[in-house]
Amino acid sequence: MLRWLARRFAQIIPTLIVLSVLIFGLQQLMPGDPALILAGEERGDPIVLAQIRAELRLDRPLHEQYLHWIGNVLVGDFGFSWRIREPVAALILQKLPVTFQLSVMAFIIAVVIGVPAGILSATRRDRPADWIANGIALFGISMPNFWLGIMMILLFSVELGWLPPSGYVSITEDFWQSMATTIMPAFVLGTGVASVLMRHTRAAMLSALAQDYVRTARAKGVAERVVVWKHALRNALIPVVTLGTIEFGRLLAGAVLTEQIFTIPGFGKLIVDAVFNRDYPVVQGVVLATALIFVALSLVADLLYMAVNPRMRQA
Amino acid sequence: MNALPPEPIAIPAARQSPARLALRRFLRHRLAVAGLVVVVLFVLAAAFAPLIASADPNATSWTAIRRPPSGTHLFGTDENGRDVFARVLWGARASLAAGFLSVVVALLIGVPIGLLAGLAGGWVDALISRIADAMLSVPFLILAIALAAFLGPALENAMIAIAISASPIFVRLARGMALEAKATDWVESARALGNPPWRLALVHVLPNIIPPLLVQATLSIAEAIIAEASLSFLGLGQQPPAPSWGSMLNSAQRFLTQAPWLAIFPGLAIFIVVLAFNLLGDGLRDALDPRSEKK
Repeated sequence: MLRWLARRFAQIIPTLIVLSVLIFGLQQLMPGDPALILAGEERGDPIVLAQIRAELRLDRPLHEQYLHWIGNVLVGDFGFSWRIREPVAALILQKLPVTFQLSVMAFIIAVVIGVPAGILSATRRDRPADWIANGIALFGISMPNFWLGIMMILLFSVELGWLPPSGYVSITEDFWQSMATTIMPAFVLGTGVASVLMRHTRAAMLSALAQDYVRTARAKGVAERVVVWKHALRNALIPVVTLGTIEFGRLLAGAVLTEQIFTIPGFGKLIVDAVFNRDYPVVQGVVLATALIFVALSLVADLLYMAVNPRMRQA
Repeated sequence: MNALPPEPIAIPAARQSPARLALRRFLRHRLAVAGLVVVVLFVLAAAFAPLIASADPNATSWTAIRRPPSGTHLFGTDENGRDVFARVLWGARASLAAGFLSVVVALLIGVPIGLLAGLAGGWVDALISRIADAMLSVPFLILAIALAAFLGPALENAMIAIAISASPIFVRLARGMALEAKATDWVESARALGNPPWRLALVHVLPNIIPPLLVQATLSIAEAIIAEASLSFLGLGQQPPAPSWGSMLNSAQRFLTQAPWLAIFPGLAIFIVVLAFNLLGDGLRDALDPRSEKK
């Protein structure tokens, strides 16, 4: 187990180093001089330009700029927003809880819909229930979630007037109001993941149901319900748990557009606003933070896999 | 009565090439065929957009602002009096071009690099794999947004951003397949015969990995179309006034109460074309990989 962890870290660390180089390198794609962008009206003034360049270390060689940047990142300093004039790390930490609430709600919706639908579909294979579940999953995967969001606003806010079309109320401020503002975006965000979970659960259940131990259980007269829920499901959930953790990370990406549509002040809105304001340090910081969360989640997924699969523990 | 001995029936040697078997499996998959038909229809609609829609997609009209769908304007008109039907058709050009081209570029970047990693092994493989891992650890859309943001807003830049973001999956796929092929006897014997590595890659490995690449490419096109729409929605793709489904949805959001049709049709177009590509990809997977066929 410890050896396995050591090996895993030996793989993660070079990945993170490469990642940091790539994210730092994003800056180099920028057309034009960042100092000119920042100087704005004062772009004709060489003193201002020199000052900006010195402040951002743009006058230093590239490798020096990188080392300075990565040194700061390692101590939690993700840079300074050009526009909001606040540390990027603080901005991210401030927005993260909002997106986290949204993601958790979306994930709960996804699990509640996706996993039972997958089980149902596998146990009723090639029957109407299976076709319907597969059909809905295909719709869920193909539906661009920002369009689904707009359509839901159209139905539930504009036509029926049940839910607010946009805005966000914090969960600590007013629980029910918070639910009302986040239920639609969470559903929109959850549909894609629900579809993926449904497909994974179905495939895992089908392969579990085809195993010898299931045949043995059936042969000795165990009730079908027990076979499905106890023997097959327990084993089928092993890959689903792992994949589910990874999918949770993908919610962060989905949140970008969903938050934009419902004007929710989260992580996704932060990167989009930063893109519009050409606030490049924030863009870099958000990408880096997302990647770190994603890497951490895949590590958690591996640990969970070990926890639920005893055969892995010896490895 | 002359009882002739029954003529021996000539049994033609069953010429069932894998390709023909795959084609037959594909054609049996009705939904996949439907997906293919829809994709072809969209391609034709995009190609012949000027002939199908009589209206100019960029012609504004003061007298026809936000008219609901009618005989003259099939999908209604937008906030500048432009014909939404014409704009949806012309928007198909941006979406399909972005979908196809960015995936082709992703293949051109990803496959050679993946083959190199798989066949070369050693530190080359380690370096390439870590780069692919690093890119895959940033969610596809966030990577595409970041790249597009730094490259600057334009359809071409959005396509480059999507292509780069989509390439690591092909690197990983090609590498895995190359490793698998390298272990087989026929590649081993080809190597023993003195074939140079590039020949091994092109002649012996590549043809065998085309089926899974084709399946992944089809599914990636679906993803790329959504990504282009997302980037255009955020203003990072096709620039106004040129029509694109994503930017149409963006401006539609402001008129949701007064003109819901502005939001319905472009979104429906994205949904249908993405659904078609997904159906096509699933069908291709079933057809090309007999192992995945339902047992």
